[in-house]
Amino acid sequence: MSDNHSQYLPAGSFDEMYCGDGLPRPGVDSVARRMHSMSGDDLARRQAAAEAMLRTLGITFAVYGHSDGHEKVWPFDIVPRIISAAEWYKIDLGLKQRITALNMFLSDVYNERRILADKVIPEDLLESAVTYRPMCRGQRPPQGIWCHVTGTDLVRDRDGTFYVLEDNLRCPSGVSYVLENREVMKRTLPQLFDGLQVVSVDDYPERLLDTLLSVAPPVPDPTVVVLTPGVFNSAYFEHSFLAQQMGVELVEGSDLVIRDGFVHMRTTRGLRRVDVIYRRIDDDFLDPRCFRADSMLGVPGLMEAYRAGRVTLANAPGNGIADDKAVYAYVPKFIKYYLNEDPILPNVPTYVCSEGDSLQYVLDHLDELVVKPVNESGGYGILMGPQSSKEERASFAARIRENPRNYIAQPMLNLSTSPTIIDGRLEPRHVDLRPFILSSSQGVFVLPGGLTRVALKSGSMIVNSSQGGGSKDTWVLADDRFSRRRSNGFSRTSLPVESVPC
Amino acid sequence: MLSRVAESVYWLSRYIERAENVARCIDVHLSLTLDLGQEWADQWAPLVYTTGGHELFEKLYGAPTRENVLKFLTFDIDNPNSIMSCVMKARQSARTVRESLSLAVWEELNRFYLQMRERKALGDPEQAVYNEVKRASQLLIGVGDTTQSHTEVWHFSRLGRLLERADQTSRILDVKYFLLLPTLTDVGTSLDITQWSALLRSASALGMYRQEHHRIVPVRVVEFLVLDRDFPRSMRFCVSRAENSLHRITGTAADVFSTRAEQELGRVRADLEFTSADEIIRDGMHEFIDDFQTRLNRVGAAISDSFFAAQDDLPAAQSQSQ
Repeated sequence: MSDNHSQYLPAGSFDEMYCGDGLPRPGVDSVARRMHSMSGDDLARRQAAAEAMLRTLGITFAVYGHSDGHEKVWPFDIVPRIISAAEWYKIDLGLKQRITALNMFLSDVYNERRILADKVIPEDLLESAVTYRPMCRGQRPPQGIWCHVTGTDLVRDRDGTFYVLEDNLRCPSGVSYVLENREVMKRTLPQLFDGLQVVSVDDYPERLLDTLLSVAPPVPDPTVVVLTPGVFNSAYFEHSFLAQQMGVELVEGSDLVIRDGFVHMRTTRGLRRVDVIYRRIDDDFLDPRCFRADSMLGVPGLMEAYRAGRVTLANAPGNGIADDKAVYAYVPKFIKYYLNEDPILPNVPTYVCSEGDSLQYVLDHLDELVVKPVNESGGYGILMGPQSSKEERASFAARIRENPRNYIAQPMLNLSTSPTIIDGRLEPRHVDLRPFILSSSQGVFVLPGGLTRVALKSGSMIVNSSQGGGSKDTWVLADDRFSRRRSNGFSRTSLPVESVPC
Repeated sequence: MLSRVAESVYWLSRYIERAENVARCIDVHLSLTLDLGQEWADQWAPLVYTTGGHELFEKLYGAPTRENVLKFLTFDIDNPNSIMSCVMKARQSARTVRESLSLAVWEELNRFYLQMRERKALGDPEQAVYNEVKRASQLLIGVGDTTQSHTEVWHFSRLGRLLERADQTSRILDVKYFLLLPTLTDVGTSLDITQWSALLRSASALGMYRQEHHRIVPVRVVEFLVLDRDFPRSMRFCVSRAENSLHRITGTAADVFSTRAEQELGRVRADLEFTSADEIIRDGMHEFIDDFQTRLNRVGAAISDSFFAAQDDLPAAQSQSQ
């Protein structure tokens, strides 16, 4: 048995498992010891077992242009990313605060517009956002909830501080991997859980269903469905998984039809009314009559039914405005404005190129900054200043000057690292964290942990699955705040057996 | 349940059943070639006829050699009815309705697909592959029966499987019967018994047949595969159990019908119940089977019209009660 311990050297970043002196962080030493006592062969064998399990379960994502059914197993690393109870407590509070403020902002911006009258955010910044939906003016979703499901991206810088990198308020995906990763860990490395209280994540589907039911129109026994663009969508596995876990129908746009102003689905026994749609289709494709006329994925007339309160859409159309990366820069101000509190989780410092002196500053410091388009996801269209060539910077500068509203810039963060199995050895790799948050009439719930994405290439900070990222199970360790469930009452009746003739 | 889901579930179990039957035919034929002489060892064309793909085969391969036929029927994805094509289509259907299946069913089906893919990557099919296909299909049926609630999804799956099986049994019978005819002079010889036994074995029916009829008699073999009341691969058994599922789906009593599908299927079942093997042989086995297959296709079309087609003309239903 070789000791991998000494070979693992966290490099210049905050490491999730080790302190600067190379000793395991408090609470994780048992996991660190067990991981490092495994031989390279053993690590590789367990890693292979986990991957085989993911393949058998068919836990895949679609890759466009990939042969053989367009499916790929998302790389999974068996070393868990561990968060202490104290750290999690703060994240939980910070996310609840942030979602509460964002929800108030959305309600305000599509209705009273107090925040604009009070000049907390410039009006033209809002009106110029491509994700602003004028047709949502005056909309009041049931129970006042806009962001039913949120996936907020957090990163950790050198000193270990968690920052909010972006808010995903439209159709955030990844929660199915949180649940499946845990399942795979339990089956392939059960001994790693010994002596630890890892907070369970498996009540998420139930809570999601409760959330959706809590915003249903006032009918007895409402029907919930999940709306997917179809099997070729990259997150199809998740859509199917959530529908199955909640025990509701997974529908495509063509399964739905509007009759007498209400939404119905086509069943083997005729049309059946639908009351809540957890939609995993972007606003643009929801209703060809309202948004993109060429959309084949949506349901003509859906928005009209929604506006009349005859069906609830989750998340609410129009949320994209709060996802805009220039609007993001104002979220700390929203928290102060609506809640009169200081933000618990800080933003990454952000330069909004369309504002004041920022444009000049950004252009002068392109080689130090990360420049992002305001409305892209998946890590596309980004300039990584310190790693860019002079030509790239020049062409980016031209693009920024042409349309400053479309860009923001942030200092280059050095994401935290976590031990990851690379060729049978543990090496540090950069990670981020996407917790999932549910807002219902009963309040805000944060799923303990979330999705840890890891950049598998050495030194890379790009964790997106479409660009060579993988994922890890995320453990939140329990303390007294989480009570442990116990079962009792065993059967006392013995099993019947065949009677043996004497 | 959603019409789209019903359709996918119905087809997914048809494809699995089809894959199993192709494997059965090949498996039996392979062992038959060991029992019989060179003359028989070259008889590969009938296998292609059984699956109804002879025109495509001639276009793609030409000569029906052992190698060509096995390749065409096992792994060739240009043949829509090859084992590989069926398993791929079944899995693709399953992916689109995964939320309606039990996890165990999905896992077995996915395993089946991955196993076939690995087999295919190894090159030419070995005989062991056909046993694997049969086992995987049987396993899938068993896992479905014990992990899936016997509600609409399960009944659509059973309906698809049984209609496919009825059709496949009739095909096996048709081709083998045609092949065996010229050898009527061999009646009672060991060659004859070997061939009729092979026919029974391709439906896993030999043991059960012997319990019922003891000796191999051609007319009894026909009776067993077409009309037996209790053998689960006989055409009559399949049709009658398929009808049962159809009625469970519609909720209509067994002796009335509310859809054209029930009407058509009820007629097929009644005809099988009130005919005899002697009559079938006297009036022409091939004509009988041809007619049976045409009528099954009509049943399939009626099921599609009644349950799967877009129902835009339907009124908005009593929404809460369902």
